[in-house]
Amino acid sequence: MVETIGIWIAAILTLGIFSFLYKDNPFYKFCESLFVGVSAGYWFATTFWQVMMPKLVDNLAAGRWIYIIGGIFGILMLLRLFPKIGWISRWSLALVVGTTAGLYFTRYLVSNGMVQTENTIMPIFVTGNLPQTIGNLVIVVGTFCGLVYFFFSKEHKGTFGGFAKVGIWFIMVSFGASFGYTVMSRMSLLLGRLDYLFGTWLGLIK
Amino acid sequence: MSFLEKLLAIDRRIIFLFIAIAAALPLFFTVKLHIEVTPIVNNVYNALEALPPGSKVLLSMDYDPGSMPELQPMAESFLRYCFLRDLKVIIIGLWPNGPIQANIALEEVFKDEEVKNRNPQYGIDYVNLGYTVGNEVVVERMGSDIPATFPKDYTGNKTEDLPLMKGVKNYNNIDFVYNLSAGYPGTYEWVIFAVDPYKIKLAAGNTAVQAPLVYPYVQSGQLIGVLGGMKGGAEFEIATGKPAKAVKYMFSQSVTHAVICFFILIGNFAYFATRKKKGS
Repeated sequence: MVETIGIWIAAILTLGIFSFLYKDNPFYKFCESLFVGVSAGYWFATTFWQVMMPKLVDNLAAGRWIYIIGGIFGILMLLRLFPKIGWISRWSLALVVGTTAGLYFTRYLVSNGMVQTENTIMPIFVTGNLPQTIGNLVIVVGTFCGLVYFFFSKEHKGTFGGFAKVGIWFIMVSFGASFGYTVMSRMSLLLGRLDYLFGTWLGLIK
Repeated sequence: MSFLEKLLAIDRRIIFLFIAIAAALPLFFTVKLHIEVTPIVNNVYNALEALPPGSKVLLSMDYDPGSMPELQPMAESFLRYCFLRDLKVIIIGLWPNGPIQANIALEEVFKDEEVKNRNPQYGIDYVNLGYTVGNEVVVERMGSDIPATFPKDYTGNKTEDLPLMKGVKNYNNIDFVYNLSAGYPGTYEWVIFAVDPYKIKLAAGNTAVQAPLVYPYVQSGQLIGVLGGMKGGAEFEIATGKPAKAVKYMFSQSVTHAVICFFILIGNFAYFATRKKKGS
């Protein structure tokens, strides 16, 4: 019974959100507001029970006092709510920004800089493997011309301009591929909801 | 107003209607499409096939219900495959909802007769270590100590007490990592904070939006392979010989894409034709 009520609520709310496709209406506004409210409540409860309790409260209760440092920085962050002493929250932000920057600096440089560059430096012609050769050519030419396009210290004219033009074509193709994938993704989500409406709710699809 | 101009000024709701029909109608029909398994997906399958029974695989569920239609079929096909191949599954989540999604997938997989016959046991054949806060820091810390990063499992049992976790200290004790990702933290973080520093074997299943962003990691060898969107999920189901939800949706997906392509073509045709007319 409870499950059936849940299915009906989910189906009606789905239709409410879909109704925006026709035009903005109060039913859509209600569903949207409900979603925002429920999400906020859900995330608050999740953060409290899955972060605050196990990571801070339980550790302090077990006598691991080192965790008090994190707790204090967390409280300092909340001081932004008081304009007069809000500046103290910057200490917490500084800790987060500094740690993240430090953590990412080397890791990012290796994974996205060195390894990616290393894999662009390759023998272009592979004997007896035409598809591989074409693939390697595309990678090398695409990377080189793409980089030329983003070099703005020299006017894009003549041969240099030609490389930049090839670069913009590569970039356009990659945008097109991303757009195609985005369409596929959105359609998948639509299919998921339609399957729910016709299958789980109405039972028309087995 | 000429016919072409009318085409350009077409009410978008008419297009929505066509898309809705194109998406919904094929759901009622069973059409067997030929789905080719591309090398990028086949790589994932081959890497899994190369694992001997009893190998430990880590499944990181980094998505929430918003990405269910794309990633849930991938989770189900992966878990089904692991149970049938006797691979031991350690589930974690960098997203709070990830482990819940895993439980939903497990429930679905356990309905499969072949899986039922194998009777996978919690703690021995699979564990769900739940979610822990910290995003990329979690991935980094697991490189030195997994039980310290996840001291308790999803239901509150001590991780060290779970038979499957005996001898699992860090990535050195994990044979394969499979990440299902819908954004941050996800595949990007796994590559940067686990593949390069700890040399783990990583494959990923991504939402289609994210897939083009992670493909360069396959070319560079940082990722074994990628299941890109529902199409990737369908290919993996075909590769494992167990067509399921993703394959079922592919007919609808194909018809919808055809309709979108049709509208793009006639839109462009009408645009260029009217522009030429105006120019002359």
